[in-house]
Amino acid sequence: MNENKMSIRRKLNDFYGRDVYTSRLIIMLLVVLISMLILKPAKFFSFINFQTMVAQFPEFGLMSLGIMLCMITGGIDLSVVGVANLVSISSGIILKALVAADGSLPWYGILVSMICGIVIGLVAGVLNGILVAKFSIPPILATLGSYELFLGIGIILTKGKAISKLPMEYSSVIAGKLFGIIPVQLIIFVIMAGIISFLLSRTTYGTRIYMLGTNMKAAEFSGLDTTGLLIKTYALSGICSALGGLVMLANYNSARADYGAVYTLQCILIVVLGGVNPNGGKGRISGVVFSILVLQMLSSGLNMFPQISNFYKSLIWGCVLLIAMTLNYFSENRNRNN
Amino acid sequence: MMGKKMKGLLSKHEFYISLVIVLLCIMIEIRSGQFFTPNNLVDLSSALIVPGLFAIGAFMVIVSGGIDVSFPALASLSVYATTRILTDINYKGGILLPIVMVLVFGALLGAFNGFFIAKLKLPTMIITLGTSSVFKGIMQGVLNSTQIPNIPEGMKNFGTAALFVAKNEQLGLTSRMPVAVLVLIVAIGLAFFVLRYTMFGRAIYAIGGNETSAYRAGFNVGRTKFILYVIVGAVSSLAGLIRTCMMGQMHPTNMLGMEMMIIAGVVLGGVAITGGDGTLTGCMLGTILIVMVQNSLILLGVPTYWQEFFLGALIIVGTGISAMQVLRNRKRLVSKKLGEESS
Repeated sequence: MNENKMSIRRKLNDFYGRDVYTSRLIIMLLVVLISMLILKPAKFFSFINFQTMVAQFPEFGLMSLGIMLCMITGGIDLSVVGVANLVSISSGIILKALVAADGSLPWYGILVSMICGIVIGLVAGVLNGILVAKFSIPPILATLGSYELFLGIGIILTKGKAISKLPMEYSSVIAGKLFGIIPVQLIIFVIMAGIISFLLSRTTYGTRIYMLGTNMKAAEFSGLDTTGLLIKTYALSGICSALGGLVMLANYNSARADYGAVYTLQCILIVVLGGVNPNGGKGRISGVVFSILVLQMLSSGLNMFPQISNFYKSLIWGCVLLIAMTLNYFSENRNRNN
Repeated sequence: MMGKKMKGLLSKHEFYISLVIVLLCIMIEIRSGQFFTPNNLVDLSSALIVPGLFAIGAFMVIVSGGIDVSFPALASLSVYATTRILTDINYKGGILLPIVMVLVFGALLGAFNGFFIAKLKLPTMIITLGTSSVFKGIMQGVLNSTQIPNIPEGMKNFGTAALFVAKNEQLGLTSRMPVAVLVLIVAIGLAFFVLRYTMFGRAIYAIGGNETSAYRAGFNVGRTKFILYVIVGAVSSLAGLIRTCMMGQMHPTNMLGMEMMIIAGVVLGGVAITGGDGTLTGCMLGTILIVMVQNSLILLGVPTYWQEFFLGALIIVGTGISAMQVLRNRKRLVSKKLGEESS
């Protein structure tokens, strides 16, 4: 009996030790689910709530994927929210410009504005990549500077106001539901996550950025085109953010230069919790997707308590980030000692 | 001899940034004719006080190889707490008690940063992003911060006390030079002394240059970093207090978001973002440039919504130049075959 208990404990311990990040997320998930089961079972465990949650997370989920890619190379992309807002503003302007005289949007309108948005995201990402790879500006500063720049362009384009009165067609397609059940935002997220997962695990590009993140100098001396790889990675992150911006445009049905300011911290939190090492070289997309889901549940759960103001959320995100970083520190120390 | 001196001057970052400042002054003067008026110069220097103090803190952190984005949130929290307590007890005294209180709060919050960065050796950028969110959450959530329109008399008097008054004869405008400018001057003097002549100051440069070497050379890296973040917390909070005093009221969220502008100024001043290199003079010149751009866009007739764009462009250009210099120096070192590759 006692021996049996010991072996279960050892097994659990083994499992925890092998994949600390996933185990920690499972624990967090259980804590959130159990406390919601006790506090607000009917409201939380409803079909509508889950449908809303999967429609909400693609916004910052897409941006988190971009940050994840950059973090695997040992960098970071702090401009994701800036890119997303710039894209949603310019796509919004294009949409409005495409509206015909009778107030209807031509059939190609949505496609054109989305393609333009993605191209803008790509250009913004390439700019980040050039700053990081060619000018060797530390990624943190390069992307903080470009965030400010994109924010500035967004403010100039809108003169500081919001762009609203968009044609309804866009929002009803992107924020709509396929077969009346699956939110379109979720489909966009799943496609992008699938592409990135494929790139990371099945292509040489994926293997190379892990090598780059593990040891930049070694990667350079073994003949990798580090400049090209970095530019590609930041460009990919720009595309992710652009998609995030297009989803935001549909969700709010308006665009503004300063939407989603809290997302930067939230995305970093997601990526770090998902087990991506800020120093590069380590991290899997499954961990990041899992951590997106857990945080969305936590956030939706908190929203069900009106007495918890949004300001407390900033405190909670900050604390979770600090705790996660501290735990990572201890688990990495343990690995090193072993 | 003369030529050598010229060459030394031309290779200095401070020379170029001064050149840019002079050019900008002349440009604004030509466009508006209002730059070299006594009241504009006094206004500029009084606008420099708070960013200048913040910049000293940010500068020391960057030299030590870190980066701190939490100081505006930190300062907001400690100043808000101080002002709230003092107005609640109906404080009537002078400026001394508020200063002491804000320094203590600032040092405590700085120690919170320092714990994660120095003891646990976690990446400064991500940690300070986290702590800044925590500080904001405590201020707006737990303390339920609101605007405090009537700050204690002593604080208000300190904010409005003038060293002298400058007058613009042409337009009939007057500007006061606040007493608080003395705080900035003393702080610059102290920082200069500490960085140049004390073991602690040299340790900051050594750690920023190469942490492992600094450790091997016998510097106590952990303790130095911890003390550094405590000092930065105290200095930033003092800056926040001065800002509140000068405005005559406490806006809790008014300072948030200033971090980028300050870091941009420090980096524009030629301080290496990778740490270990940079002068206080350069840092101050960079801050002056940023403050001038912010204050003078209106004189130049540029709409204010262009400000963010210029700031971003300045950060990218500034960091770009600084990063290129690091790269060039490294190449030069390699070509001279002076030892192995660094880092």
